[in-house]
Amino acid sequence: MKKSRRKEKRLLIYLLLILLSVLMLFPFYWMIRSSFMSNREIMTVPIQWLPSHYDLENYKNAFARAPFARYFLNSAVIVAINMVGSILSASFIAFGFARLKFRGRNFWFAMLLSTMMIPQTVLMIPQFLIWQRVGAYNTIIPLTLPCFFGNAFNVFLVRQFYAGIPKDYDEAALVDGASYFTIYWRIVLPMSKPVMCTVGVFTFMGTWNDFMGPLLYLDKENLKTVSLALQNFMGQHVSEWNLMMALATVITLPMIVVYFMAQRYFIEGITFSGIKG
Amino acid sequence: MRNEKKMTAKEKTQLKWGYFFIGPSIIGLFCFNFGPMLFSLAISFTEWDVITPKVFVGLKNYRELFRDPLVLQSLKVTFLYTFLTVPLVTCIPLLIAVLLNTRVKGMSVFRTIFYIPSIVPVVASAAIWMYIYNPMYGLLNSVIRLCGGSTHNFIFDPKEVIPSLAVMAVWAAGNTVVIYLAGLQGISRELYEAAELDGAGGIARFRHITVPLMTPIIFYNFVMAIINSMQTFTQSYIMTDGGPANASLFYSLLLYRTAFKQSRMGYSAAMSWVLFVIIAVLTALVFRSSDRWVIYENGDKG
Repeated sequence: MKKSRRKEKRLLIYLLLILLSVLMLFPFYWMIRSSFMSNREIMTVPIQWLPSHYDLENYKNAFARAPFARYFLNSAVIVAINMVGSILSASFIAFGFARLKFRGRNFWFAMLLSTMMIPQTVLMIPQFLIWQRVGAYNTIIPLTLPCFFGNAFNVFLVRQFYAGIPKDYDEAALVDGASYFTIYWRIVLPMSKPVMCTVGVFTFMGTWNDFMGPLLYLDKENLKTVSLALQNFMGQHVSEWNLMMALATVITLPMIVVYFMAQRYFIEGITFSGIKG
Repeated sequence: MRNEKKMTAKEKTQLKWGYFFIGPSIIGLFCFNFGPMLFSLAISFTEWDVITPKVFVGLKNYRELFRDPLVLQSLKVTFLYTFLTVPLVTCIPLLIAVLLNTRVKGMSVFRTIFYIPSIVPVVASAAIWMYIYNPMYGLLNSVIRLCGGSTHNFIFDPKEVIPSLAVMAVWAAGNTVVIYLAGLQGISRELYEAAELDGAGGIARFRHITVPLMTPIIFYNFVMAIINSMQTFTQSYIMTDGGPANASLFYSLLLYRTAFKQSRMGYSAAMSWVLFVIIAVLTALVFRSSDRWVIYENGDKG
């Protein structure tokens, strides 16, 4: 009797999961479905659940309306620079906080962590005014340079990882006459590939999705990122839902690919933010 | 306290190298955080349109702010959204995580399905949901009409716009699910098995084991949800532009307009500080309430 009850329970769980999954996936299905339809098909009543044909017509059309290849390149460049910057800076700064003991270390670490509490909204206006003053408006500098100075979450994440690497390595290298920089560059950094992947993946995600940054700083057509370009497109082609959905699909695709390639690092990073944070 | 001169050679090198390594972070702290914050505080006491020189006006911006009908409206919208969204994005992910934590086959597929919406770029998800909410041929209205209901305007209806945006927030709450899931996996199975032997049903086990042990994580997600909801910007900027009739005029959207469309830098800086204080007060209240409901294992805080 107990066994059949357990079976019933399992069935119930599956039913619930499937029902909820359908709800979660429906917007995706809807996006992809519409990206293959003509606008006439979209507007037919009663509603059509599947497109009558599958070709890349809408994708081609959308790319013909605006230089989306260029926007993709722009986004990719910013993402690449930020990934390099975040990985280098977080690993470098975290080395100081994790492997060395010196006066002021805890103070500066607390200072760094306190920046996680500052709402972005407060920094938006003064940062903009400063960047404008130094002539960096309409360049990608405001969107990339800060990454080279370490972000609190990344540094914290890497520091925790470093703490798990035995200090014997450092001691042995010091005896051999290595400097701390050599220890960082030759020993600790090569051992911390997993956490660097997490930092990289998070930076990719944050930068690719960023809308506010490009909105504030990039006004020139040839500098725009994909997010900004999609928003502009939505303003200019108000009811061309098929093209919009094609673009939304294209912009989402890199995220999905990266997610499936680096799922483990995603989950590790998010888990870390919840458990330690 | 040790005298500088008594430092050993090793301590000296560590000090030197320490600042060498954390140097970039100290520069970053001043250039990108504390410096701009001080600057913002300073201009919040001025009237400034960027072109003509700043005029010191003392607390005028702050006084005007609380009489400004648009500011009050945006505060109302933002609080309404926060009060509606925060409980939803704190509780629903917990229930989903509990479901995802059961041991049945194929669970990793379901976990992926629930997480994927949260990696969709916010502009893309705004596009998708604008389309789904469309009154003419949006998915939701088509389904409602199929079921014999009448058309809803969703994001174009002053009464429905905030709940519509809240639904979007729940859809994209996959991060929270993952955080809960990690916490649930830390709870030992023995606790549940013992409770089951004592005859505790599913709901009793959830109430007396899961929820108490998860309170630190619920607390974290609760605080993050408040901070994020209070700063909502992109959805309203893209989907509704604050409309209809300012029913989705979020505080951050008004702030953006004041600063970057009207170039009223002093006034908008003052607005940003008011938001900062509101968020800080809300967070402090939650922290203060936490020793009444957050249970740390072994009485260990954090």
